[in-house]
Amino acid sequence: MSAMTEQHGDRRSAGELEASVLAALWAADRPLTPGEVRELLNAGLARTTVTTILTRLQEKGVVDRARQGRGYAYTPVADSSGLHARRMHAELERGEDRGEDRGSILARFVSDLSPEDEEILRALLDGDEETRE
Amino acid sequence: MIYAVWLPPLIPLIAVPAARHAADRLAPRAAARLLVSCAVLLACSSTAALGALAALGLLRVNQVASAAGFSPEAPAGHTGPALWTAPVATILLIAGFAQVIRVAVRHHRELRSEQRAIGPTAGELTVHPDEYPYAYALPGRRGKPGTIVVSAAMLRSLRPDEREALFAHEREHLAGHHHRFLAAAQLAAVLHPALRALREPLAYALERRADEAAAHAVGDRKLAAKAIGRAALAARESKSPAARRGAILATVGGAVPRRVMALLQADDATQPARRRCWTCAVAVALLCCLALSAATGVDAVEDLHLNVAHGADPDRAASVTSASWAR
Repeated sequence: MSAMTEQHGDRRSAGELEASVLAALWAADRPLTPGEVRELLNAGLARTTVTTILTRLQEKGVVDRARQGRGYAYTPVADSSGLHARRMHAELERGEDRGEDRGSILARFVSDLSPEDEEILRALLDGDEETRE
Repeated sequence: MIYAVWLPPLIPLIAVPAARHAADRLAPRAAARLLVSCAVLLACSSTAALGALAALGLLRVNQVASAAGFSPEAPAGHTGPALWTAPVATILLIAGFAQVIRVAVRHHRELRSEQRAIGPTAGELTVHPDEYPYAYALPGRRGKPGTIVVSAAMLRSLRPDEREALFAHEREHLAGHHHRFLAAAQLAAVLHPALRALREPLAYALERRADEAAAHAVGDRKLAAKAIGRAALAARESKSPAARRGAILATVGGAVPRRVMALLQADDATQPARRRCWTCAVAVALLCCLALSAATGVDAVEDLHLNVAHGADPDRAASVTSASWAR
């Protein structure tokens, strides 16, 4: 797997790399150093590349950094405008009023599952689940 | 007798199942294009026919009124549409256009409010600190690049390489302007209720298209399949039992397992010969329906044009009406 990702790691645009790094920070439950981000992404990025991306993200105000040892550790910045509660509500509602002419034109990654769907999915992904952690 | 003008509104009853059948057997991108062109073409021609019916009827009422002393049935041997069709067609037309405007405004508002509410963005990604896993592609404003909107819970539920598959999926939605397809199909469905049945297969074809792009981008179909499956399971687990019961009613046809299975299967190039024949037959039937619908729609408008052109002379107009309707 890592060979595969290494292959296309360097061909990705700056925007795509920023997305990957920011996603890694959000997925972690603690501040991460550039080295840790690099390891987590496992995408064959140079450490300096990761540091550059993190600096750029910090300049944009989407991540914060704090001194840790000789370098910095980074955390994502949450937008605290209170919009999210409302958005979340809208998001849940949107999931419910599917069909008719009220549906959203924003395609969601995954639609709702029925219990049967859940069974089928678990069966499909089962063999793989065992190899995870 | 007049049959032609009734065809465009009735053709979707045959064309919609045929289009769904054909889309099922096409590659996702081709399926999406077929479905959306069908929806738009059928909606346009049935609206044109309705418009012609309304306008011709009103024109006739005028003519009858101006030729004083005659009852509405006066022009001997007249075979135009019955007089009641004009007000009915007019009402349907006005209601249809009102709905189109309402839905278009709602789409516009939805996009604007989402775009305005967007928080800090790193290039193409915006993360919301929500505990419910979701992700969607938000098109950009006025030609600006779009944004991938994703919740923190969604990012946590996927592994790094699966997150890349998710991003590639959403990038394809943005690059392909898939929201325009969905909007077009929704507006078409407002104009003709039978076209509603095209929306679900269209949404599915667009998801499949994005899934294939994701699989290509990460170079691993199984990885893309796992990302979808894991995201869907995470979304379900985070719901309350009540919301889960609600989902039972909302779900149609288990789109997510179908998508996952389609990715896990190798490209299905081999179809039994007999099935291919059947598919060809359906495709031919569909093409005939579409051609007929377009032709009769255009014809109805042409008739209207002829009538208006000769409208100054009531006798002549009446004869043109009957001649063209009798065709």
